[in-house]
Amino acid sequence: MRLTDNDFQLFGLPETQAQDRAAIDARWKALQAEVHPDRFAAEGAAAQRVAMQWAMRVNEGYQRLRDPLKRAAYLCELRDAPVQAENNTAMPAAFLMQQMEWREALDDATDEAALTALDDEATQAETTVLATVQRLLDEVGDASAAASQVRALMFIQRFRADIDQRLAALDA
Amino acid sequence: MALLQISEPGASPDPHQRRIAVGIDLGTTHSLVAAVRHGVAECLPDEQGRVILPSAVRYLPEGRRQIGTDALAAQAEDPENTIVSVKRFMGRAVTDVANREHLPYRFEDRPGMLAIATRDGVKSPVEVSAEILATLRFRAEDSFLDDLFGAVITVPAYFDDAQRQATKDAAELAGLKVLRLINEPTAAAIAYGLDNASEGLYAVYDLGGGTFDISLLRLTRGVFEVVATGGDAALGGDDFDRSLADWALAGRVLESAHDKRAVLVAARTAKEALSDAESTELVAALDAGELRVTVTRAQFEELAQPLIAKTLSSVKRVLRDAKVKAADVQGAVMVGGSTRMPIVRHAVGELFGREVLTNLNPDEVVALGAAIQANQLAGNAADGEILLLDVIPLSLGLETMGGLVERVIERNSTIPVAKAQDFTTFKDGQTALAVHVVQGERELVSECRSLARFELRGIPPMAAGAARIRVSFQVDADGLLSVSAQELTSGVQAAITVKPSYGLSDDQIAGMLKDGFASADADMAARKLREARVEAERMVLATRSALAADGDLLPEAERDALEVRLSALAAMNDDADAIDAAVKALAEATEGFAAERMNRSIARALTGRDVSQL
Repeated sequence: MRLTDNDFQLFGLPETQAQDRAAIDARWKALQAEVHPDRFAAEGAAAQRVAMQWAMRVNEGYQRLRDPLKRAAYLCELRDAPVQAENNTAMPAAFLMQQMEWREALDDATDEAALTALDDEATQAETTVLATVQRLLDEVGDASAAASQVRALMFIQRFRADIDQRLAALDA
Repeated sequence: MALLQISEPGASPDPHQRRIAVGIDLGTTHSLVAAVRHGVAECLPDEQGRVILPSAVRYLPEGRRQIGTDALAAQAEDPENTIVSVKRFMGRAVTDVANREHLPYRFEDRPGMLAIATRDGVKSPVEVSAEILATLRFRAEDSFLDDLFGAVITVPAYFDDAQRQATKDAAELAGLKVLRLINEPTAAAIAYGLDNASEGLYAVYDLGGGTFDISLLRLTRGVFEVVATGGDAALGGDDFDRSLADWALAGRVLESAHDKRAVLVAARTAKEALSDAESTELVAALDAGELRVTVTRAQFEELAQPLIAKTLSSVKRVLRDAKVKAADVQGAVMVGGSTRMPIVRHAVGELFGREVLTNLNPDEVVALGAAIQANQLAGNAADGEILLLDVIPLSLGLETMGGLVERVIERNSTIPVAKAQDFTTFKDGQTALAVHVVQGERELVSECRSLARFELRGIPPMAAGAARIRVSFQVDADGLLSVSAQELTSGVQAAITVKPSYGLSDDQIAGMLKDGFASADADMAARKLREARVEAERMVLATRSALAADGDLLPEAERDALEVRLSALAAMNDDADAIDAAVKALAEATEGFAAERMNRSIARALTGRDVSQL
């Protein structure tokens, strides 16, 4: 077990998009139980420093593994098809149309019910795309096609974050 | 079968086996110290049997001071020199303090953190807090008739980096070794969870004297995982007092420090009475005559409403962050003296759709939880009993072009956490880059809290956009940040521990220690030597136990070399500087060994044990 192992190796999980969230959580806690700096608080500074490095590495892996989108992007990168969201914005035309419709709906939404309905719709779309990504990565083995779907997912996620902000503004 | 050892109450069978570690709740209105004795966490009383120490410090003539109950009693009579609720000033500038015109203090602006002028000179909030911490430290040492191994100090979950660092500085100033800073709601959850053998998703609603926290935790078999946290570091019982006082004054403006303090004290008394009575009288002896107003609970609750609404909106945000509904929460634990107000309990219960959990002493539970964690960190508890996985409350980021914030670490990330982000230069031939670290959720730098600024210099001249500057953020297990920057093509580096821009520098702390703080009568040299020896002993013990467990990882020659160092260190006893140097050398010499041990323990975690057993 090394700090440079990839997340899946570190967590002892198969390198697939399909994962059992409960297993990821359990592995995370089991690893932290071994490496967390609290375990070494009574020991010297050297042990604490090493423990902190490990605990950070475990948390980093956990952040990526537990989030299906980050996990997919990570798998694409491991398979030499990095998502490159910043300089590759190619997106299916139908998806762009849907984006525009959503944006308009978000501008028109004024109450919690409308915002929640919109969020439900986006969540549903997210689930569908995630299923496609999983099929592309785990069954078809086409990481480039998966990467382009991941880019679409990033748009949906940003849209949902905007909905969230509007909901927060309603509470305040 | 081994015989059980029985020792004097409070005394340890062998100082080498049991280290005395305490939990300290450094509160806005009161503070407590607790420790695990005979397997049970309990708050330690003072000589009069009181566990609560009012967080009040009064500076008297000739460098004398009163701390606690006596100081509190004098607050209206000597308001300028009696500092209460100092926690609200930790890591804050004068302009950060709301309602400061209503406070009786003579504030002084200082870079980073305000200070207060007293008859004993200008005092930093860190120094005032250190007085309180030192009082609790002495109380603990008197209880155990021994030096402390270390302390866990609690802070509001919503405290930002500046406030955490200030708290740690105060503890250091009070001569305490900080084993860990932990969040108050998390500490409360430990005490509650262990007491009630709870599993599942719990909310801790912690409304204290000056701060409000809401944390959502998932409790599973000894693991306390904070899922999300939120709050307001400047909202607490004091604000309810303020509101009631303003109402009672009905527009009257008070000029004297005495009157300002007296009306707040009267409001607090009335507020507390209204937790049981339907109506009470607010009575304050002001300079111009007595103020006497009848107030009903309904009137008070109307005043309290906007403050409570603020807390509820934080609760909702935390639920949203955690992506759970109020109904998913199995219980809402009430912590902090301000949750004694019936209207608070009612409002929180309504939001969660269930009765709130009030079967804890809201004043003591935080200190008790901290004591349990301190005991574990000191290595006294059985291995693996509890594990805290806490988060940072506020996002951390950098200023980019146009005064915008680029977030590097999101709020609610589990600590310790490290993350790096790459940036580039804006102009051709740019040789320096200003790094401005901010904390907060807003998109504009001007609306976030500025934590530190530093410069990366010596970048070789390149075309705009060609340099690759990696800025790395690291938040340790205390929730404290350090930042470093490196230009990747040239290797030019700069780093900062996010401290000097607002906190006290190490030199300032050393200066204060030298000035005789908290040990006016003690011989500094003797104290330094004692501390060096405690540290050396700690180090020797830790290394010996590591060698006993995993010595086979080292070649015999290295093991022998370590043994020589250990024996030499154990034999040193009169030169503090030499001991410190030897401790440092030993730490460096064992660095590789520590890494090897860690690797072994990870390998064991993954292969030797089934997840279901952990």
